[in-house]
Amino acid sequence: MQAETVKIDGNSSFDFDRVENLLQEFLGKKGMIVPILQKIQEEFGYLPRPALEYTAKMLRIPASKIYGVATFYAQFHLQPRGKNIIRVCRGTACHVRGVSKVAEKAQEILKVGVGETTEDLKFTYEEVACIGACGLAPVMMINDQTFGKLAPDKVKTILEKF
Amino acid sequence: MYERQILICAGTGCISSGSLQVHEALRKELQKHQMEDKVRIILSGCHGFCEKGPIFIVYPEDIFYCEVQAEDIPELVEEYLVKGNVVERLLYKDPVTEDAVTSHQEIPFYSKQKRLALRNCGVIDPENIDEYIIRGGYQGLERALRMESLDIINMIKSSGLRGRGGAGFPTGMKWEFAYRNESDKKYVVCNADEGDPGAFMDRSVLEGDPHAVLEGIIIAGLAIGSDEAYLYVRAEYPLAIRRLRTAIAQAQEYGLIGENILGSGFGFKINIKEGAGAFVCGEETALLASIEGERGMPRPRPPFPAVKGLWGEPTCINNVETLANVSLIMRKGTDWYSAIGTEGSKGTKIFALTGKVNNTGLCEVPMGITLREIIFDIGGGIRDGKKFKAVQIGGPSGGCLPESHLDQPVDYDSLTSAGAMMGSGGMVVMDEDTCMVDLARYFLSFTQSESCGKCTPCREGTKRMLEILERITKGQGVAEDIPRLQKLALAVKDGSLCGLGQTAPNPVLTTLRYFQDEYEAHIFDRRCPAGQCQELLTYYIDPELCTGCRACTRVCPTGAITGEKKEPHVIDEEKCINCGSCAERCKFDAIKVK
Repeated sequence: MQAETVKIDGNSSFDFDRVENLLQEFLGKKGMIVPILQKIQEEFGYLPRPALEYTAKMLRIPASKIYGVATFYAQFHLQPRGKNIIRVCRGTACHVRGVSKVAEKAQEILKVGVGETTEDLKFTYEEVACIGACGLAPVMMINDQTFGKLAPDKVKTILEKF
Repeated sequence: MYERQILICAGTGCISSGSLQVHEALRKELQKHQMEDKVRIILSGCHGFCEKGPIFIVYPEDIFYCEVQAEDIPELVEEYLVKGNVVERLLYKDPVTEDAVTSHQEIPFYSKQKRLALRNCGVIDPENIDEYIIRGGYQGLERALRMESLDIINMIKSSGLRGRGGAGFPTGMKWEFAYRNESDKKYVVCNADEGDPGAFMDRSVLEGDPHAVLEGIIIAGLAIGSDEAYLYVRAEYPLAIRRLRTAIAQAQEYGLIGENILGSGFGFKINIKEGAGAFVCGEETALLASIEGERGMPRPRPPFPAVKGLWGEPTCINNVETLANVSLIMRKGTDWYSAIGTEGSKGTKIFALTGKVNNTGLCEVPMGITLREIIFDIGGGIRDGKKFKAVQIGGPSGGCLPESHLDQPVDYDSLTSAGAMMGSGGMVVMDEDTCMVDLARYFLSFTQSESCGKCTPCREGTKRMLEILERITKGQGVAEDIPRLQKLALAVKDGSLCGLGQTAPNPVLTTLRYFQDEYEAHIFDRRCPAGQCQELLTYYIDPELCTGCRACTRVCPTGAITGEKKEPHVIDEEKCINCGSCAERCKFDAIKVK
């Protein structure tokens, strides 16, 4: 199918070429929805609706199916996210070593809840099941950087680095 | 010729403690002293002792430095590498005797371990295939290539190896099922979707010794007659994914993956699939659905994946740690392997020892070791001189065992009979300050939110159980809650479709079995014995310790604290909302709970 033949109403400003380009390597292969969504998210920072609709048309599958997959996995986001992604670990080791207080502090400083983004789009605050750095509990990640052995009073200094 | 080798740990734990900066500083410092050609630096995989990271070992002397920071490097190079004086302050100190230990083999954390699956972790450079080969790597594959499929399977069967991912199913039998199902296409899947909170052994093996896993996968393919494998790794493990990609490319270059491996005519391909963050995908049928690009929801078994698996073809699914053992068994032989461990559980198991112990990290121990040895010898006992209360084994699917079980041998069968399970090997130690009801609530809130929603008992049952537990921890429990929880737990266990639901009630059932008195204290006395459940606490100020500094009055959001300057203050129980801000602020530990 040619890109020009795909029409999605009301989104003329959306840059479909970006989706088109990254879809190329996946066309004709099976089991590609998850990797495609991972690519789209890498490109846009989240999963924009027009991109998903476009993908559905290209793959000749219902958009509802893609939506179903996108909402099933914690990794995917349908809303724009902040420049820096904070992931606070809620794993067992972190739990027994008091991550709750750290989490409260971070939310208090940023004035956001779980899954929310600050108004200036600087931070998105998330909580994850386990980062796998249990030896350093309590832990949080900001982007790809891990911060261990946290305490509520360390949170502010860490956030100020970003 | 290098005079010395320095291993710097580049596992995720040590990197976050600054090991890459240490590496950079060391490189520069060696240049300054013109010692680059005398000292070889190796960035190794995980040493397991993450808490003491960054870990820095000097060979051939085997001097174990820990918590080394970039600032320490000039001194280390000058004093030790140039003058030969051991830098005492950077050595490991025994938490009890405070004696400094130089060699890592003398550290109790390591001396009781038997590192098989972790044999190369922290020893070799994981990004260099030659180092794996020098240590005997790919010899198991070479041997397997000269054997018939059934002989390989029989070898794994008689080694007694059981799946390390949780349930402990005999690996050889799993392979035989997949082997006996004839088909033109078969798959091997390596389950590296390590989702259990509190477990990170698969991550460390993948990061520290990726070839051991690849070799195991290829041997599995050879045994069942498959030509293609998928490695399903969590996207939360970016370093593991990167090292695996490097390892696969190197193995391809050496003719160990690809067409006609080592001239045998056998061809094999390995693909990496990144998971997208769903705990249920650790369940094998859900994992297959996820690889196929669907919502990762489990389906009823039979048919088992060995019959109808990935894209309807016979599929053999093994865990990372299992496969790392396979390559070793093929090299060292069945007799050697089955001599380690107990009657029903052979070999070793890696545990992620965390929580309130002195030494946290990864440890690999022979099956049959007691919990006491793991917690008190390897783990160095409980932190801050507190008292041991319970150990939680097997993650959200496992259970909590009390002190009376400490001398129990650790193997599949005795853990299951105690109500816990081996699971993936998470081991979280709890002291007197951990509330067992709150812990049960914590685990259930995890399984509840990860329940995929397909079957009713799991979706609705865990939700109702969680509501009851939340009520109890808020001091609104009623007498009927305990029998109700028990009944619900059994219904969820019996009625759920997959392992997630079938095991989700375990933390509740074991805490009810061993710590019912704590539930009763919450329900009948409106009291949390561990002092954790906010709503059940009463804050008060110890007049002996209070200096009247007024710091607490400034943070109290309800103005509940009153008192004259430099005189002991008091908290008005009526106004206090139990937020705990005052206790956090107080520098004199004068604010207590009862």
